[in-house]
Formats: sequence, structure tokens, C-alpha cells
Amino acid sequence: MYCKKIMIVQTIRRTATCTTQLNYQKAEPSIKLKTHTDSTGVCSPHLSLQLELQSQSMAASTAVTANYVLKPPPYALDALEPHMSKQTLEFHWGKHHRAYVDNLKKQVLGTELEGKPLDHIINKTYNNGDLLPAFNNAAQAWNHEFFWESMKPNGGGKPSGELLALLERDFTSYEKFYEEFNAAAATQFGAGWAWLAYANDKLKVVKTPNAVNPLVLGSFPLLTIDVWEHAYYLDFQNRRPDYIKTFMNNLVSWEAVSARLEAAKTASSSSA
Amino acid sequence: MAIRCVASRRTLAGLKETSSRLIGFRGIQTFTLPDLPYDYGALEPAISGEIMQIHHQKHHQTYVTNYNNALEQLDQAVSKGDASAVVKLQSAIKFNGAGHVNHSIFWKNLAPVKEGGGEPPKGSLGSAIDTHFGSLEGLVKKMSAEGAAVQGSGWVWLGLDKELKKLVVDTTANQDPLVTKGGSLVPLVGIDVWEHAYYLQYKNVRPEYLKNVWKVINWKYASEIYEKECN
Repeated sequence: MYCKKIMIVQTIRRTATCTTQLNYQKAEPSIKLKTHTDSTGVCSPHLSLQLELQSQSMAASTAVTANYVLKPPPYALDALEPHMSKQTLEFHWGKHHRAYVDNLKKQVLGTELEGKPLDHIINKTYNNGDLLPAFNNAAQAWNHEFFWESMKPNGGGKPSGELLALLERDFTSYEKFYEEFNAAAATQFGAGWAWLAYANDKLKVVKTPNAVNPLVLGSFPLLTIDVWEHAYYLDFQNRRPDYIKTFMNNLVSWEAVSARLEAAKTASSSSA
Repeated sequence: MAIRCVASRRTLAGLKETSSRLIGFRGIQTFTLPDLPYDYGALEPAISGEIMQIHHQKHHQTYVTNYNNALEQLDQAVSKGDASAVVKLQSAIKFNGAGHVNHSIFWKNLAPVKEGGGEPPKGSLGSAIDTHFGSLEGLVKKMSAEGAAVQGSGWVWLGLDKELKKLVVDTTANQDPLVTKGGSLVPLVGIDVWEHAYYLQYKNVRPEYLKNVWKVINWKYASEIYEKECN
């Protein structure tokens, strides 16, 4: 039974460049998996079923090691130059992201959170806004992996196809979306993130402080930009607007965004 | 409103405040970036000249500029009786106004070594620190630990609770001033732990910045404030 459930998750994973597909379900910690059982009693996956995770074992078997691991970006640390320097990646991924992962492992050791999937920890420790201690490390570990996968070498610019159509539908034009995303990223005061997110069949721009992400706000993240100062200080110093522009024009991976959108639509239509 | 004073030449000449100026007929005071009482490189090696220059000329200047813009917009909104515009401006005023205030304190909290930076506090503040924290080392350890633990951006403060007449260590998020943690709190020493305060030199190692910043803390200024508030 369990291996079939794992297959479902792997199928979704293979269709997407982002490995955080597991997180595309409603922000609830305990969820059930539905499968189709045929007449011979063989349980088989089909993609239209609700993608929900069994709370412990299945999630644990597929998610834990992945989620508690410092996964490298899907490109070399110098591959985003000149838009984001190798030095920035070395510190941002190699020190900051690494510390979130290592500190999270230490923090959950011996607690009821130990061994739980990352998204479970995030939701539990978000605690409706009254943050529990492990939230910062858990959410930041998730956010950073999502961020690296939101970028690619020679990225940026305008998307095409269905994604462009949806951006035009929900923002009236790509330029309006760009303006709104840019404004959110520029005006998030202090540390935080700006996001393109999907909820109720609509795309929207969201900004969040510190480690907060749209998962805990009930929407599916599709794209993010890190606006903590450590994300841009070595390359841009105080010039956050220049960093945002460079990200939008040269770094965004619309492929990743499209794949995440597909997964989000599947997850949300089947969990209705 | 007739009571608003019109800035006259005499009034302007009488202005002592060097970091503000009057504009327009309404006498709304806006602000200018205060000069540093030392060169950008004077706090090296504890804080690099590069950081001091960007921190002062870019970050603090931006707070001043944005604060002034918000104040001018506020003035217009108030005179138009536009209540929702007034309310909407509050966060910009808080962020930028407090950013200006906090950084103005911060530059005075620092001094080059040859001007007493790092010299332990004497007098009544020195004794109060020993009383409340056991020793200066005890205070430094506590403030450094709390500063390192701030998640995101913020400040770590040594403050005086004027009412309870005791010293307090606390942190605030973003540019929230110390008074948001207690109405009777007066800041004596504030240490900026926003990443822009140390990143170019210390990168991700905030504890190393916090270890070194004490070498340039201006305890003389903190003592002056303490003695003034205690009397």
C-alpha cells in the first residue's frame, strides 16, 4: 500500500523541477491519502486523486531525509553570475541556508516534531501566528530551497503560454504583475519575502515578514524573492530595487513557476 | 488653522536644532541627516569604514528622506481632513521616523577608541550595571546573546526604566523604538543588528560583530543620558 502512495508523489515530483511539491496541499497537519483500488485489490495511483499525505509513515519515508537535507541549488554556485554572484551563493546557500537546516535538526531532536515532514513542522510551529521556536528555522529551510529553485541561469523576462495568460487575467498585464511584485518586494520592511501565490483559482502577489510564507496563509507559493538583506547585500548593498529588477529580468525560472502552478491546480481541485 | 506659526526670518535664525528645518507656511519640521561625530574609518577595525559610509549615507539618509516625504504627505492629509490617508501613512512614519531616531542614537553610541570608545562606564551607570548584571562582562554577554538571537532585523538595547529605576536589556524588531517595549524605557545603548550593520565585514557571523562592537561603544554618552534621566 505504502509503495503505491509513494509512487503518486514521485509522479508529481518528476513532472516538476521543484521538489517541494509535497507541500501543495491545504495547510493542515493531518491529511489522508486516497487511492484507487481495483478488483484485484491492487492499489494504484491516478493523478486526479487527492494528493494528500499520510501523516506519519509515508511522509516520513519520502520526505524526512529530503526535507532535513541542505539540497544544493539546481545549478552551480557561479551559474547565476553576473546577476547573483558566486560569493553570494556561497554565503547565502553555504552558510545561511545550511545553518537553518542544521539548527532545525538540533532544535527538533528529542521533541515531538522530530522526524516529522518539514511542512508539518512549519504549520505546527506557525501556531496561527503565535510562533513557536522552531518556526524560523523550519520555514527558512523551506523558503530557501524554494528560492534557489525559483531561479535559473539566463532566466527572467516575460513568461509565455498559460502562465502569461493567467498573469494577464489576474493582473491585467505582465507589466502590472511586474509592478506589483516589485512593489511588494521593495516595501517589505525589514527582513522577508515577496511571492507570487495561487489560491482560489487566482494568482496574487503577497509579501511576508521574516520567515513567514504563503503555506501558512493558505495559499500555494509559485515564485519567491528573498529580501532579507543577506540575499543582496554583497552584490547590491542597500540597493534593493536594483536587486529586484535584476531578479525579475535575469533570474526567474518561469518553468519552475509553471510546474508549481500545475501541481497547485491539481492539489487544490482535488482537495475541494 | 490660524494658530499654526508662520516661519519668519527671526524664528528661523533662532532655531538651534541642526538636524531639522522648517518648510512651508505651516511650520512642519522636517529633518536632515546628522553628521557623524567621527570619520567613517575611525571605528576600524571593529566596524569598517565601508560599512559606516553606506550605513550613514545610504540607509540613514533613506530613512530621513522617506520620513520627510511621509511628514509632508501627512501634513496635506491632515489639512484636508483625510482620515484614512492619515491612518495609511502611520506605518511609513513609524518605520522611517523611528529609523531616523534609532540611527541618530546609534552614531552617538559609538566612538573611536582614541576618543574613549570601549572604555568601561564609570560613575553611577557603572555601579548600576554591576548591581543589575553583576559586572560589565555580564551585561555584554547578555546583550550579545539577545542581539544574536533577534530573528530578522532589529536592535538590542540597554535601557533605563525611569519609573522602576532599573536597567533593562531588551530587543525590538525592525525599527521599533525601545519605548514600544515599555513607556518608561529610555535607550542608553542601542546596537543595530540589521544585516546592513555588519554584513559586508562579518557576513553571516553576527555573533562576531557583536563581540567586536563593544570595543567602540561610547559609554560616556550612555552615562550622560543615564545621569540626566536619574535626576
